[in-house]
Amino acid sequence: MSSLLEIDKLSVTFQLPTGPVTAVKDVSFTIAEGETMALVGESGSGKSVTSTAAMRLLPELAETTGAIRFNGENLLEVTPKRMRRVRGNDISMIFQEPMTSLNPLHRIGKQIGEVLIRHKQLKGQANRQRVLELLNQVGIPEPERRIDSYPYELSGGQRQRVMIAMALACEPKLLIADEPTTALDVTVQAQILDLLKSLQAEYGMAILFITHDLSIVRHFADRVAVMRYGEVVESGRTLDVFEAPQHDYTRMLLDAIPRGRKEPAPADAPVLMSGRDIKVRFALKKRLFGKSEYFEAVRGIDLSIRRGETLGIVGESGSGKSTLGRALLRLLKSEGEIRFEEADISGLDKSGMRPLRSRLQVVFQDPFGSLSPRMTVGDIISEGLKVHHPALNRRQREAEVIAALEEVALDPAMRNRYPHEFSGGQRQRIAIARALILKPELLLLDEPTSALDRSVQVRVIDLLRDLQKKHGLTYLFISHDLSVVRALSDDVMVMKEGRVIEHGSAETIFSNPREPYTQALLKAAFLESEAAA
Amino acid sequence: MLIYTLKRLLQAIPTLLIVITISFFLMRVAPGGPFDGERQLPPEIEANLMAAYHLDEPLPMQYLRYMGNLLQGDFGPSFKYKDFSVTELIMQGFPVSLEIGGLAILLALIIGLPLGIAAAIKRNSTVDYLVMGTALTGIAVPNFVIAPIFALVFGVLLGWLPAGGWNGGALPNLVLPVVALSIQQIAYIARMMRASMIEVLGSHFIRTARAKGLNEGEVIWRHAIRPALLPVMSYLGPAIAGIITGSVVIEQIFGIPGIGRYFVQGALNRDYTLVMGTVVFYGVLIVLMNLIVDLLYSALDPQIRYDD
Amino acid sequence: MTSESKPYSGEQRDGAPLPAGGPNPPRAPEPEAGAAPIGESLARDAWRRLSQNRAAMASLALLIAIIVVCIVGPWLLPWGLAEVDWNAFGTGPTLEGAHYLGTDANGRDLLTRVLYGGRISLSVALVASLVSLVIGVLYGAISGYLGGRVDNYMMRFVDIMYSLPFMFMVILLMVVFGRNIFLIYAAIGAVEWLDMARIVRGQTLALKRREFIEAAHALGVRDTKIVTRHLIPNAIGPVIIYVTLTVPKVILLESFLSFLGLGVQEPLTSWGVLISEGVDMMESAPWMLLVPSFFLAATLFCLNFLGDGLRDALDPRTR
Repeated sequence: MSSLLEIDKLSVTFQLPTGPVTAVKDVSFTIAEGETMALVGESGSGKSVTSTAAMRLLPELAETTGAIRFNGENLLEVTPKRMRRVRGNDISMIFQEPMTSLNPLHRIGKQIGEVLIRHKQLKGQANRQRVLELLNQVGIPEPERRIDSYPYELSGGQRQRVMIAMALACEPKLLIADEPTTALDVTVQAQILDLLKSLQAEYGMAILFITHDLSIVRHFADRVAVMRYGEVVESGRTLDVFEAPQHDYTRMLLDAIPRGRKEPAPADAPVLMSGRDIKVRFALKKRLFGKSEYFEAVRGIDLSIRRGETLGIVGESGSGKSTLGRALLRLLKSEGEIRFEEADISGLDKSGMRPLRSRLQVVFQDPFGSLSPRMTVGDIISEGLKVHHPALNRRQREAEVIAALEEVALDPAMRNRYPHEFSGGQRQRIAIARALILKPELLLLDEPTSALDRSVQVRVIDLLRDLQKKHGLTYLFISHDLSVVRALSDDVMVMKEGRVIEHGSAETIFSNPREPYTQALLKAAFLESEAAA
Repeated sequence: MLIYTLKRLLQAIPTLLIVITISFFLMRVAPGGPFDGERQLPPEIEANLMAAYHLDEPLPMQYLRYMGNLLQGDFGPSFKYKDFSVTELIMQGFPVSLEIGGLAILLALIIGLPLGIAAAIKRNSTVDYLVMGTALTGIAVPNFVIAPIFALVFGVLLGWLPAGGWNGGALPNLVLPVVALSIQQIAYIARMMRASMIEVLGSHFIRTARAKGLNEGEVIWRHAIRPALLPVMSYLGPAIAGIITGSVVIEQIFGIPGIGRYFVQGALNRDYTLVMGTVVFYGVLIVLMNLIVDLLYSALDPQIRYDD
Repeated sequence: MTSESKPYSGEQRDGAPLPAGGPNPPRAPEPEAGAAPIGESLARDAWRRLSQNRAAMASLALLIAIIVVCIVGPWLLPWGLAEVDWNAFGTGPTLEGAHYLGTDANGRDLLTRVLYGGRISLSVALVASLVSLVIGVLYGAISGYLGGRVDNYMMRFVDIMYSLPFMFMVILLMVVFGRNIFLIYAAIGAVEWLDMARIVRGQTLALKRREFIEAAHALGVRDTKIVTRHLIPNAIGPVIIYVTLTVPKVILLESFLSFLGLGVQEPLTSWGVLISEGVDMMESAPWMLLVPSFFLAATLFCLNFLGDGLRDALDPRTR
């Protein structure tokens, strides 16, 4: 096989006002015609910068050295005019952000057709015919109608399909796919990957696939290069790299899949919290007269959690899982009955709930949004103490904060700093410390690891596991990430459109899913084969 | 669209009612009457005058009468320009004000938008600094300072253009007032367009456009300008209001017989009906302009459909 | 240090992922937590960034100079506000009789009058901005925090107020009630609070949805504490930015009114009044127009520069 793209000692340095930052250092790899190469790494590894450099789409303050040879031609040396002939024609690219990558003011047909005008001088009816054909190929229903849609009328998955249609319009030899499925729900992810695979076979193009998700790499790529801190630490055939990783970092990444299962809670453990027929609805349109319109986010859910147990709630975005969690903690208005230790708490008002708050705590998904940027870490963690233990003096509070920080493995000396000085994983630890300091019994974990890199995720999960064991905590664990849920939960509820469609022990759900939707979810998450591996 | 327009017009009614009502009662609680002017009138004559203008009736009656007349487009008589009704004065002044204001807003867009676009494309270059520095000066020097300086420099010292007067709207007479009126808006529009353009140029769909192989001209012209115009469009309402307000001083300085001048003179002469008439007229104008701007906005943004 | 600082961790950098090669440069990687100065609050960070902005700092210095001169100057000058020098009617700048910037047609010292006028203009800026700040912040925060139907009505009211031809209502007010400085304070403040209310409401609504507010609710923190400890400190950045935009607008509005002869009354004066007098005399005594115009323009210029600088320093997106 001759090499189609050859990246040779590529380095990219950004001249920032604060000084030069080298994002990519001496990176070399090749892609042969028709082959799929995956570039894998965590955030900040330089994988996206590398691929963007190949398109010469980096900002001007990026200095690029080395060579990027496409069919023997060094793209770093060609004229801008020549480069524009390559872009969209020989090499095309799809991006991570399907929601914002299309021009909101142009119809999608026009946006796809633009490439054909530019590179193939295809105009008028012929242009429209080709666009329709492309829309059909990428699986957009009713292309005749959709060709005149604006992007806002399409879902995220459909927009990504439009991006793919645009990228394929000129039958490129190389498609660069920069995390094309990261922003999508798992089932949609699987569809898009299938689509890319089948189109690759049809068009015979090579794909450079940039991702942080190793399970995708295993199923999708012929070869893989692992990047860290701007350097390729290991590359080779996917099978070889996965079977026998050479570099410590690769091994660590491969290991960074949550493993193990939770020890079941004692069978005679009492029920800590239960809910019956819980419903939550949001007003969409309030009308002065006549009927207001509502969106029913949660449509009648029953559940119960025993002390020491973890209930995993799984679902895609919009399934109502986070809403349900907030309703159970009475952070949202809901209908139905919620019991905590036998007592009905659904009727309590704010002050009635207050004494219970220290026993029911929560950790949110967004490590950047869940800590007030204007308060020091110490103030953030001790805020709950001021509410629930007003008798404590300053020094006692301080001692508690130090203990809480140590418990989540953070340096207590950091308590005088502000959240923006911490990384995502550290912030999530701070959020956990804020909850733990009140010695809660039930902890609502709302996607606590979804915004974190895999390697960080695993350590946060280990921490949560240890804490549960140590304090006998009960977890309500909300996630779209099935592997994390499996590692942590006793019971699992699968939610879709506000309803529970399947409920059972983690073992049953994962080994023997009943509902087609659950099966699709599992398949999409590649769990079957991982279990086999 | 039509239904939306009608709905907006209906919504404008309470706004205008408030304007009219406040103006009406403000004037009636004002100390003194319209006729305690230069010389003391004999009591009977004053009483006759009061009756002629229905000022002897109870306030609510007067209010209803005023509203009734308004509905027929009658703002009542001017107290100072005795031979004219306020409506006549407004109708005389309006075409003049419209010409000056319309040209000024046009000029502001024609100059401000390209300047902002150029500064955004050449961000942090000499062009950018020059444009933004000038714009900031334009904002910092108010039009009532610029206008007399223009009149002095170009009118009196250099003698290139008339320093004032209307002359039936001859072109040389238009230049200085229109330029003076538009400078501040040019500056605001250039700054807004630059900021909005920079934001758009950093967006993902511009990256997509570049990845398609379009050249920079096509990227900017086809993909960047229209989305960048949206925030500027929503500023157009306040811009028009600003031009209308500014025209009050500009007309005063250049001696242009528009509504603005009647308004100032009315205010200084305690010609209450004239002041009130102009305020109501301006109110209607601003409400209408905002509506037009919103409709224009919807023409640019497909996501906004005024269909309910 | 924490387990995150182990060599394999990409985590120190995950706060600053490199963007996917868009036209924007990547942010500098977050400094290693250990390297950052201890406990740098956002306010101190903003100040550091502002102080690196030379244009903004020069503006700040000049602005302070103007304010100090306007406050202290009149005491140091030999002439009073309305004091007439019978030997100098409409003279140009001269050392004789200590008329450094000349006199007006009535023989009053121009520098003295400009400084007194500055006091009025600046006090209007201060008071009217404060009025708009207080009304706007309260109105906006209440509307945003209560939300729902109350918010709906409160904002509908603001919309109606927006479409009023306010400038003209203010002028009408001045005509009817006479030219009174307190009326100017109140009238201008009452005009300018609308934007502030909208901004604060938007902030409050956005903050209310932020997870740290939810976390505070989950901790059982009382509403009043949530407002004072979480909402207000976090909404303060945009409010400060907006205030710096309001102040020049207010100064401009006051001088506009004064220019039309509807502002402060003799013997008081303001920059707008002086400019208006200067326009009448500009052919024979151009300094009478140029001096107050210069003071006004310099102040507005500085405030705008400072506002731009503050916006850059406080805007998290430029961080």
